[in-house]
Amino acid sequence: MFSILKTMWYTFLHMFSRRFTVQYPDERPRIAPRWRGRIILSRDPDGQERCVACHLCSVACPVDCIALQAAEDETGRRYPEFFRINFSRCIFCGFCEEACPTYAIQLTNDFEMGEYHRHNLVYEKEHLLISGTGKYPGYNFYRVAGLAIGGKGKGQAENESPPVDVKDLMP
Amino acid sequence: MSETARGLITVFVVLFVLMSVAAGLIWLERRLLALWQDRYGPNRVGPFGVLQVLADMIKVLSKEDWVPPFADKGVFIIAPTIIMMTTLLSFAIVPFAPGMRVVDLNIGVLFFLAMVALTAYSVALSGWASNSKYSLLGGLRALAQMISYEVFMGLSMMGVVMLAGSFDLSKIVEAQRKIWFVIPQFLGFISFFIASIAEAHRLPFDLPESESELVAGFHVEYSGMKFGMFFVGEYIAITLVSALMTTMFLGGWLGPVLPPLAWFIIKTFALICVFILLRAALPRPRYDQLTELAWKVMLPVTLLNLMATGGILLAWR
Repeated sequence: MFSILKTMWYTFLHMFSRRFTVQYPDERPRIAPRWRGRIILSRDPDGQERCVACHLCSVACPVDCIALQAAEDETGRRYPEFFRINFSRCIFCGFCEEACPTYAIQLTNDFEMGEYHRHNLVYEKEHLLISGTGKYPGYNFYRVAGLAIGGKGKGQAENESPPVDVKDLMP
Repeated sequence: MSETARGLITVFVVLFVLMSVAAGLIWLERRLLALWQDRYGPNRVGPFGVLQVLADMIKVLSKEDWVPPFADKGVFIIAPTIIMMTTLLSFAIVPFAPGMRVVDLNIGVLFFLAMVALTAYSVALSGWASNSKYSLLGGLRALAQMISYEVFMGLSMMGVVMLAGSFDLSKIVEAQRKIWFVIPQFLGFISFFIASIAEAHRLPFDLPESESELVAGFHVEYSGMKFGMFFVGEYIAITLVSALMTTMFLGGWLGPVLPPLAWFIIKTFALICVFILLRAALPRPRYDQLTELAWKVMLPVTLLNLMATGGILLAWR
């Protein structure tokens, strides 16, 4: 009996405590910097697509929401011919970002993606690509990779020594 | 002629005020519960969300009035009207202020008890007529609850009747000029309070409804305005028992400075807020626990209270 009255009194005291509600459209909720929100495709500092169409993101995706088709330009640089993310399936797990070897695919802290039609949730490459570098400003995959590509020969990448001539006896 | 006209006007004014109060209570309850749970509640429609009531009304009225094919159609339709009718009829005997009442019954308390006993039919019949397992369980619980609280509810009021020497509610109010009956009849007040929670099917005794285990209990199958009638009936029942408690234990319209009607409204409103606070604070007991409480604690307590009141009255007179 006494505990019932005590419960009622403590509940009554809650009248004067702060309310926890975040009144969302009027008041922005606090979003953590590592929030996993809308997925984007970033570009390298030279303004070219970072994605090399390796399919690792689409393999890592547990709900198979990423679809892409690889292609190669005349200099041997790989890029996705199309890149499609179905956000009505996406669970924002971030596995694609972890799998990406070139920092191309990244999750941002935007979460306001509501649509009236389900098919509008399928994002194509032009919707995903942003003009900047995203979370990794100076990184360019082709400048550190050993691959010979458009003007850059073997051994010309950053932190790379010229290739060893294996048929030569000299050290 | 003028007598009849005056009576009719009172009836319609009371009806209109009660319906608006019941609608307002829906908003009030949501806001107060939110306040006590550190939330906001409905606050988007109109100032402080007052117009939420209007939005809810439009929604409920525009819903399909559906009767499930497996239900017992006639009883299914009648059931929600019973709770509305009985609770509204009970208001006929409540004296809001001197001379402000629908009908001057000299058996007011008995009339109230009769009407309240009938509300159990609404819940039990709707549970039975819905022909589904949750509703049936809800209806069964309503009956179990009814046989628990009904007995000591009547007995808890008898102490007041003894002190006032009348079943007439305005005479009961007049008898409280010296001292409110809540003090000499404190046990009666507590037991009537508990019984009235059970009567209005409010938490912690909303066993027939219990949304956590029976989904919504007796009104699972109801939708649209039929559901709305159960809803409104519940809120009118809260207002009714609060008004009754005000009249019988808290001195009704009596009070200094302010006009009588204002005192009545203030007291009733405070009691309604207590009812909502109970809902915010307390968990729901099992129905065997309620029955046990009713028969093993409340009934002896009320009988004791009755005997003590009678004995003291006899010795004093």
